[in-house]
Amino acid sequence: MKRFANVLLCASALSMLGTAALAEEITIATVNNGDMIRMQELSSTWEEMSGHTISWVVLEENVLRQRVTTDIATGGGQYDVMTIGTYEVPIWGKQGWLVSLNDLPASYEIDDLLPAIRGGLTVDGELYAAPFYGESSMVMYRTDLMQKAGMTMPEAPTWSFIREAAAAMTDKDAGIYGVCLRGKAGWGENMALLTATANSFGAKWFDMDWNAQFDSPQWKEALTFYIEMMNESGPPGAANNGFNENLALFQTGKCGMWIDATVAASFVTNPTDSQVADSVGFVLAPDNGLGKRGNWLWAWSLGIPAGTQKAETAKAFVEWATSKEYLALVAENEGWANVPPGTRTSLYENPEYAKVPFAKMTLDSINAADPQNPTVDKVPYVGVQFVAIPEFQGIATAVGQQFSAALAGTTSIDDALANAQALTTREMQKAGYPK
Amino acid sequence: MARAVSTRRKLIVTLLAWTIGIAIFFPILWTVLTSFKTEAEAIASPPSLFFFDWTTENYAAVQSRSNYGLHFSNSVIISLGSTLLGLLIAIPAAWSMAFVPGKWTKDILMWMLSTKMLPPVGVLIPIYLMFRDTGLLDSRLGLVIVLTLINLPIIVWMLYTYFKEIPVDILEAARMDGAALWSEIIYVLTPMAVPGIASTLLLNVILAWNEAFWTLNLTAAKAAPLTAFIASYSSPEGLFYAKLSAASTMAIAPILILGWFSQKQLVRGLTFGAVK
Repeated sequence: MKRFANVLLCASALSMLGTAALAEEITIATVNNGDMIRMQELSSTWEEMSGHTISWVVLEENVLRQRVTTDIATGGGQYDVMTIGTYEVPIWGKQGWLVSLNDLPASYEIDDLLPAIRGGLTVDGELYAAPFYGESSMVMYRTDLMQKAGMTMPEAPTWSFIREAAAAMTDKDAGIYGVCLRGKAGWGENMALLTATANSFGAKWFDMDWNAQFDSPQWKEALTFYIEMMNESGPPGAANNGFNENLALFQTGKCGMWIDATVAASFVTNPTDSQVADSVGFVLAPDNGLGKRGNWLWAWSLGIPAGTQKAETAKAFVEWATSKEYLALVAENEGWANVPPGTRTSLYENPEYAKVPFAKMTLDSINAADPQNPTVDKVPYVGVQFVAIPEFQGIATAVGQQFSAALAGTTSIDDALANAQALTTREMQKAGYPK
Repeated sequence: MARAVSTRRKLIVTLLAWTIGIAIFFPILWTVLTSFKTEAEAIASPPSLFFFDWTTENYAAVQSRSNYGLHFSNSVIISLGSTLLGLLIAIPAAWSMAFVPGKWTKDILMWMLSTKMLPPVGVLIPIYLMFRDTGLLDSRLGLVIVLTLINLPIIVWMLYTYFKEIPVDILEAARMDGAALWSEIIYVLTPMAVPGIASTLLLNVILAWNEAFWTLNLTAAKAAPLTAFIASYSSPEGLFYAKLSAASTMAIAPILILGWFSQKQLVRGLTFGAVK
């Protein structure tokens, strides 16, 4: 009996040694937002389940982008999993910098991923990143102020209705402004909103020969509309406002309408932080009667750099963190309203999730965006609120500075557009795009 | 009458000094106050200066989410390591430039300073590749080397200025007494330059502590100092101002305390030789 016990002990010790030898530590780089922090907190479940451990690098979005881009471009190998956006995936996938995820097991149910989101993460049939959460943009509005203004918000408003409603809701003496929109310069700040808005006015960044199009009447109409509406009904200093500034204004009851990321819905309806949580409504982003809405499409996704030595462990983590099981785990711990939205069809078929007030509008907004055909005319690029080329970040930030200056009134709309046209043409010619 | 004018002038100067001092200190005070607010109070308009429900929940949240001890020890090792290594190289260099100047000494000094004018991002990729090939990425040794190199021009310049103030006759007397080169530097020059060396050391520790380009770009999880700790609480999509303020307060507190206790030394060192 004693001998049998010894054999058992040795066997269990050997098996533990085996597990320890297989256990790996992976390094994950991610952004600092609510959903990602929740993933960090819940990841101990995966660590216990798999025997592997995780080392986290959490950074502000722009710092993270700079760091992971440097690392992946030089093959630094510092990270095993990276949080990347829909802008990076097509560019990095084409360069061969990311590990393909096409071989994820059948239990992952890859066909359950929302087609619009999956399409944005696929290059030549290869899925290069798994979506962690997806977002579009929509109109968030104060139902009480709308009622007070004697108007009814349609489910799919036009830009002219938004302008009219904004003017009716504005009460500058009471510190209430009809509409809050991004004005802070940056390719991911004002240019995300303005590019998506311009799409709905029929404007585009480039024609089929990659010539800049800021001298088109559509861009002038879109920019003029935006600046005039903001001057009439926007908050003071709007040229410095980004997502956070507008969120603070909306949560403290200073905005009638806010057109921004669908992910903001969970913030503005959270009574702990929002003073207007019980009087917020959601509708689709506006259109201009041309068949395109002014909403964008974005997904924060988990990708595996091709230089990692721990691809299998990294893949196991990505599979877990973007699975249906993970969504259920979040729901169990934090409630359905906190489940990462916009990635799986099955989530929107779940009757529990359907009770979340912004669930349907988020899905409808995501489905209304088409990254392959972002604007009215045919264009040579992919991306709704961005153009998926490496030069875009630099060019769009410079263009964003021109448009922000026009909103602040330090330059005219015509000059801002002329400068945008000149600098975009110069940079694109330097990069050798125009045919 | 003269006394009255003098008192009034004194009062104005004192008031002006206090106003400037408070204006400079206000952002730090605001950060500390915000760190004790809830996220909702942090964005309240109009904001409350002192009358709010004080809470330490942000400090608890930051502690539970991040390994402050690791980031803090990395900051201490990197800033002290790079400063000491820098002094080891800079003292002999400044000695030779101050006491045995050559034809090109002034040009070399200017060239050294000009390297500070180069935008760091311009050399990011070559340095990143060198670090990758030598296994120095995400290592404290790598950061010590980089921070030593980027702060070396300032250390050499400061020490050169202090050494120029020391009468060369004393060194010559030591040489006549038979002191060799290293004995002269260690036993004669260094003790006389202690105030200058101390203020150089303090300034360099502060510069290295606050350096946020290389420390963010060359580290990941293991060697990340407090600059990375702060960056992990900043977010363009989400209001985490109270938590960010708590993280910032925890990051700046050690260097603020060090600066407070050594300000006399620091000011003396920085103004040394400025007024003759």
